[in-house]
Amino acid sequence: MTTITPYRSDLAPGRDGFAQLLHAEWTKFRTVRGWLIAVIIAIGVTAGIGVLYGSVTTISCAVNNGKWQYGEACMAPLPPTGPGGQPVIDRFEFVHQPLPGDGSITVRLTSMTGLLPGPNAMEPDSTGPGPAQGQGLGLTQPGLEPWAKAGIIITPGLSQGSAYAAVMVAAGHGVRMQWNYTADTPGLPGAVSPGNPRWLRLTRAGDVITGYDSADGTHWAQVATITLPGLPRVVQAGLFATSPDETRVSPAYGGRSTIDIGPTEAIAVFDHVTLSGSGGAWRGDYVGTVQAGIGEYHQAAGQFTVTGAGDIAPRPYERAAQLGSAVTLSDYLLGTFLALIAIAVVATMFITGEYRRGLIRTTLTASPRRGRVLAAKAIVIGAVSFAAGVLGAAAAVLIGAAILRHRDYYQWPASWPTEVRVIIGTGLLLAVAAILTLAIGTVLRRSVATVAVVLVTIVLPYFVSVTPIAPAVVGEWLLRLTPAAGFAIQQPYPAYPQVTADYSPVSGYFPLAEWSGFVVLCAWAVLALAVAAYLLRRRDA
Amino acid sequence: MEATIAVDGLRKRFGSAQALDGVTFSVQPGQVTGFVGPNGAGKSTTMRIILGLDAADAGTALIGGQPYRKLRHPLSVVGALLDAGALQPSRRARNHLLWLAHSQGLGAKRVDEVIAQAGLESVARRKAGGYSLGMRQRLGIAAALLGDPPALMMDEPFNGMDPEGIVWMRGFLRQLAAEGRAVLVSSHLMSELQDAADHLVVIGRGRVIADTSVAALIKAASGDRVELRTAARTAATTVLAHAGATVAVTGPDLLTISGLPAEKVVAALTEAGVPFAEVRAHRATLEEAYMELTREAVEFRAATEAAS
Repeated sequence: MTTITPYRSDLAPGRDGFAQLLHAEWTKFRTVRGWLIAVIIAIGVTAGIGVLYGSVTTISCAVNNGKWQYGEACMAPLPPTGPGGQPVIDRFEFVHQPLPGDGSITVRLTSMTGLLPGPNAMEPDSTGPGPAQGQGLGLTQPGLEPWAKAGIIITPGLSQGSAYAAVMVAAGHGVRMQWNYTADTPGLPGAVSPGNPRWLRLTRAGDVITGYDSADGTHWAQVATITLPGLPRVVQAGLFATSPDETRVSPAYGGRSTIDIGPTEAIAVFDHVTLSGSGGAWRGDYVGTVQAGIGEYHQAAGQFTVTGAGDIAPRPYERAAQLGSAVTLSDYLLGTFLALIAIAVVATMFITGEYRRGLIRTTLTASPRRGRVLAAKAIVIGAVSFAAGVLGAAAAVLIGAAILRHRDYYQWPASWPTEVRVIIGTGLLLAVAAILTLAIGTVLRRSVATVAVVLVTIVLPYFVSVTPIAPAVVGEWLLRLTPAAGFAIQQPYPAYPQVTADYSPVSGYFPLAEWSGFVVLCAWAVLALAVAAYLLRRRDA
Repeated sequence: MEATIAVDGLRKRFGSAQALDGVTFSVQPGQVTGFVGPNGAGKSTTMRIILGLDAADAGTALIGGQPYRKLRHPLSVVGALLDAGALQPSRRARNHLLWLAHSQGLGAKRVDEVIAQAGLESVARRKAGGYSLGMRQRLGIAAALLGDPPALMMDEPFNGMDPEGIVWMRGFLRQLAAEGRAVLVSSHLMSELQDAADHLVVIGRGRVIADTSVAALIKAASGDRVELRTAARTAATTVLAHAGATVAVTGPDLLTISGLPAEKVVAALTEAGVPFAEVRAHRATLEEAYMELTREAVEFRAATEAAS
């Protein structure tokens, strides 16, 4: 028997870290041309639909002579935008005088009444408040809109969309401190009456404004303290009253519709009005388009009666509303679900292709620690999908908007942080959906079954919810429970509890907040990954 | 790292079928161990268990004393070719090797080395889907060699190879063993392993039937038989049967004689005046030896089953 010298390699051993595994999976991914093409298709379809929206969007309308017109002739002016860049409603009766430097304003609100449209006053074809005549316009029915507001406000100026801070009583929601349209903090609850007045105070110190409320003028409580950056030295301080249009959201198939019934009016009575360091005269102005009879004020024996209509609030986007012809960020990104289908197919093949060919055995022979293999695959497919989503969405939003601007059409305004969130969010949506798909593919090990499951659990619920084929309540539950909830991250405009509107999926509003919806998708992905990792470790390859 | 592959008491059941029923053997460095048995005997299952792909119901499979799943650079310890068709068809052959190399922290230089070793230089940049089975086998061998491992395991590597490829493969396996590597090669055709294997593990119905060196096996199978070439077949048969031999006709002018040593065959024929052209000791082919072995195993099994 000869002695055998076992073989010794002089090959320098490589590293066996996770980075090597990632490198291997990335090499695997990039060396299949079909997968790269599918990713490029995903980018292209996302970008393409955005560009298309910017290029071909048009609006048509019948003008008074019965002829159809297209384009600019039909465009209503864009609403004013607030300090955050979001569209706002800014119309109210303002009784004010300048407040130079630091100081405070204090009032007692003793009464709040109002008028609503009569039973026959419904105007479905409302284009905002017409030339309302107050009591003259059929506002015969006493009553108050729940979000009718009266109180005190500090603002740099009278132009619509100005920064502001205000403490007020909302007819149905108690004392509130609101500022810069979107922010809203509650104070004392309860309605106002002569027997149950509310004392309100705003103090200004530099950029910092603090709101207080009190039931007796002696015991004060702070509602909120906030900062209005860049407030000029001289601001306007005073009393205001306003009342939003009566709006009803009626449930219907395919989302809901908002019916604007017509303007309403709030009448507020103030006394004990003190403005520190000032002895000037009060002046009444209607902020917003001046229309006869919409706002007025009387002053007698230290008592101020302020009558106003309108609102100081963010303006939600509504497809059904008169400015529904404006393109929204959601419109540009309509191609996302097509991209998701392409990405889902690639993510499926990334794992089921290995099972189909038996290549999974080679993979697991090279890397016997199976959980790490799954993690590496998830990171690679997630990163690729993220990049595809961000590229596609950025092109869709930026190019789409540029073309739209060039054609003199307008887009419903969105702040740049919103645009960034929507673009990054599209990437995250595709990434997590791809990882979820990968996990499902690992469990099922079959291409067709995996793609089918992904389409039924992600794409179909989204499609059913945002198109008018199912009742809105069905759509909302689908978008709470299924992985399609992740699409919420693309919601461009927030829903505001202090404004009544159609916040249904069809109008671009998701039942869960942007990141909550995304977390639902992530939870599904984590669950599927856990099952996939368990089965991958346990099953024979 | 010690280069032995050792399996001990492996059992594996797939549903109602007992695929492995206590398989025990080891693969030593410096020789080619043939792993032989009919289709479905459990060869591939054994190999998958060694590679940690399937879990055994009982028993252990160790490489250099460690279970496969514990290996940190597995491809540098054992290279395996399980299924030459396990390829993404649209991926180029070189890229297939590249991702494998990356998984072990190796680079493109090593990939090009094994491509040369497997003789694939001219076709390495083609898509793997266009490869013939023989080319896929070479690609699989290149993959197995990536980590330059001291042990190699190949499942049916001769499948789909043309005669030239089979000769190349035999030489290649011998060379790997001569370098001191432990080489385990499975086949369902014993003839493929002729002139390639030093040692044989024969498996049937999930059990090891034989674990022996090739030389000993052939010697045992050859027995003391004598081959006789003669034109007078009938006369020779009569004479030799008379002399107490068992005679079998194995060709038009060929007889195989057992039970009578060569010199006595020559003496008997000469005495009877029967002409003959050649007398030589019979040497069994590996195939014959294998047939004999498996026949015995089948008979043994039939007997035990009848008895029970």
